[in-house]
Amino acid sequence: MTATSLRISSGSGDPQRSTRTPPVGAERLLLGLPQSGEPVGLIQHLDQWGTLPLWRKSSFIDELDGSGLRGHGGGWFPVGVKWRSVRRAALRRPVVVANGAEGEPASAKDRLLVRQLPHLVLDGAVLAASSVGATEVIVYVPSSSVAGMKRAAEERLRRGLDPCGIDVVAAPDRFLAGQESAVVNTINGQPSARPSFVTLRTVRERGVNGRPTLVQNVESLAHVSLIARFGADWFRRVGTERSPGTALLTVTGRWPEPRIVEVPLGVRLGDILGLGPDATRSIAGVLLGGYGGGWVATDEAMAQPLTEEAARDVGSSIGAGVVALLPHDVCPLLEVSRVARYLEGEGAGQCGPCVNGLGVLADALELLATQPGRLRNGISAIPKLCGLVEGRGACRHPDGVARFVRTALRVFENHTSLHLQRGPCHSTAPPFLPLPPARRRSTR
Amino acid sequence: MNPSAILLGAASNGKALWYLTRATGIVALVLLTGTVVIGVVASVGWTTERWPRFLSQTVHRNLSLFCLGFVAVHVVSTVSDGYVPIGLTDAFVPFLSPYRPLWVGLGALAFDLLLAVMITSALRHRIGFSAWRFVHWLAYLCWPIAMFHSLGSGSDTSLTLVLVIDALCTAAVLFAVIWRALSGRTFALGRRVAAVVGAGIISLAMVVFAAFGPLRPGWSHRAGSSTAVRAQVADKSAAPTTSSALLGSSAPVPAAGVVPPTLFTFSERAGANQ
Amino acid sequence: MRQPHYALVVNPVVCDGSGVCAELLPEYVRLDPWGYPIFQAGEIAPHLVEHARRAVRSCPRLALTLVKLDTSVARQ
Repeated sequence: MTATSLRISSGSGDPQRSTRTPPVGAERLLLGLPQSGEPVGLIQHLDQWGTLPLWRKSSFIDELDGSGLRGHGGGWFPVGVKWRSVRRAALRRPVVVANGAEGEPASAKDRLLVRQLPHLVLDGAVLAASSVGATEVIVYVPSSSVAGMKRAAEERLRRGLDPCGIDVVAAPDRFLAGQESAVVNTINGQPSARPSFVTLRTVRERGVNGRPTLVQNVESLAHVSLIARFGADWFRRVGTERSPGTALLTVTGRWPEPRIVEVPLGVRLGDILGLGPDATRSIAGVLLGGYGGGWVATDEAMAQPLTEEAARDVGSSIGAGVVALLPHDVCPLLEVSRVARYLEGEGAGQCGPCVNGLGVLADALELLATQPGRLRNGISAIPKLCGLVEGRGACRHPDGVARFVRTALRVFENHTSLHLQRGPCHSTAPPFLPLPPARRRSTR
Repeated sequence: MNPSAILLGAASNGKALWYLTRATGIVALVLLTGTVVIGVVASVGWTTERWPRFLSQTVHRNLSLFCLGFVAVHVVSTVSDGYVPIGLTDAFVPFLSPYRPLWVGLGALAFDLLLAVMITSALRHRIGFSAWRFVHWLAYLCWPIAMFHSLGSGSDTSLTLVLVIDALCTAAVLFAVIWRALSGRTFALGRRVAAVVGAGIISLAMVVFAAFGPLRPGWSHRAGSSTAVRAQVADKSAAPTTSSALLGSSAPVPAAGVVPPTLFTFSERAGANQ
Repeated sequence: MRQPHYALVVNPVVCDGSGVCAELLPEYVRLDPWGYPIFQAGEIAPHLVEHARRAVRSCPRLALTLVKLDTSVARQ
């Protein structure tokens, strides 16, 4: 029990808030995280944060609207709006899915939350269930995290903490495993993480077992559990008007090892990372968002505030919170072609334009990186291919690849010209962007 | 004999319906063959500058509608023809007809399959692609059943013209099946090989069956009609036909046991074509 | 009474690139290098809507849907 307790007054007048001191500053989710890597057990969790306050269903969704919380799974869609639409669609009882699949190889924040802070996630998921009228929560995590999550669920069950059941389902080890309709399809029993064409009917209307389904990223649910305790006004003390609160980033290339940091939104990336204007000397370009995100020129990236709006203005997105700082000794075109080949293989193989287009695109990028002289039609073929695949798949996978490639050609324009004029740069630096080890493709 | 005399003779002898049954049956078989072949053209996506894919679709549908029309007339004329005891239910429910139950029954089966295929095609958007496709595959079953029906219950099997038509139709469908198997990349090789082998076996079975069955003498006796029916039919061919009785024609009433010299007697129809 | 505006939507999972839609509605549908349809932006011209319906009926894989556009969207 903390020695001091602060009563927080809020507009909703809900008296049952947490009696704990709300965190000050940017350290919120990761406050008190044991450096040993041990998971935070239920007792320790309740000790630190207090019990989850009870909210009347609709009033909490209003609170979420007031907080301006946006989804941290990549889409940055307002969470309150999403919950309300699931609640409204509910002719049948909805289902809540906590999405911790994290197919993005360069991101590790969801894994950290799922393994070390499961109760923050589960608090949020349970609250989501009561807000949308669901009695079932499914936690969807990579198979290596299933056991730990089950233990956490069992802890809560023993204390009778939650009014709803919590199931844990293993996510396949694929890039698209976290895609919303792929999540639903996998839970419904289909193998290998395949998205559906949901334009005419979304998973919010028909998802798990045909019921309205709320699929929410685990980081978003963690933020939800703190908003429930400390309120929307507290949440907005950090961040900007349209991108409030904090976000977890996985930063590669700033320190010897990739590191997960919790940062306040709206602060400049250069300030967050402790990098000055000379950053451009050591960093060739910044990848923001993930392998479906966008490259940003170093000086632009360091100078702009880290908000979703600013990121979209430069053709990128905060996405899954990936920040990769590409060093100068690595050939950016080689990196891009490696990732493009990986993304080609990670497609679900269902849509003709994507299956064909990503293959030709990866071929062209490989030529650009290794044998630029053989690239027919020069460089113009690549943006054309990007245009051919954008918007033509069942999911946004080809769009992500197109964005990744287009922004790379823009940011690394000089390097590309050098390749075309003088040939490949024969860089001997080891690969920089992380990719899972190549494995045998299962036949689709 | 000039055609109008034949027709008049047929009408006065009540054979018009029987001619109609035979003719529409053969035409329906040819149209069914055309439907299957064009169906394969459509499904493998064969196209030229002058023959777009939607044309294959349209011709396929129109041929099937013509086929259905001829089958309908074939059924009506068979049922209306009082000479053989085939009722309307026998056109839909197989193997209950007292006359050549197996062979007529196959016709009913083929008709049922044709109706199933055509109705599901009309309702394609409602039942969804998988259900539609599953039923449509039955078309490959419908054709050989129709062919065996024709060989077994048809009266003209041994006519040269009909044999040629049958052979051409069989060759066309065999060709279509092979083409389809070669183009079906989405299916496993085993399935495609099985399809070609199966088609070959069925074609061979048709030839063998025809050679040892309808093309040998005495087929009408071996075709499975019960003895009672055969006797009934024999009696009918011995007595004046209904229509001539109605017309009050001057055809002589034969003495009992003597077969009058009509154009064809029923048992002789079959026998004459052995 | 304002006439509704329509557009075609293809289910890319089901589409197998047969190209019948492009044959029946060339003014609105063209094919990419691999045979899959690309639709023009915006609504289908009113005199072509009947042809669009025929294209929807004729798709061998039932991959097409005719959707009614919100008029404010169509104007964009």
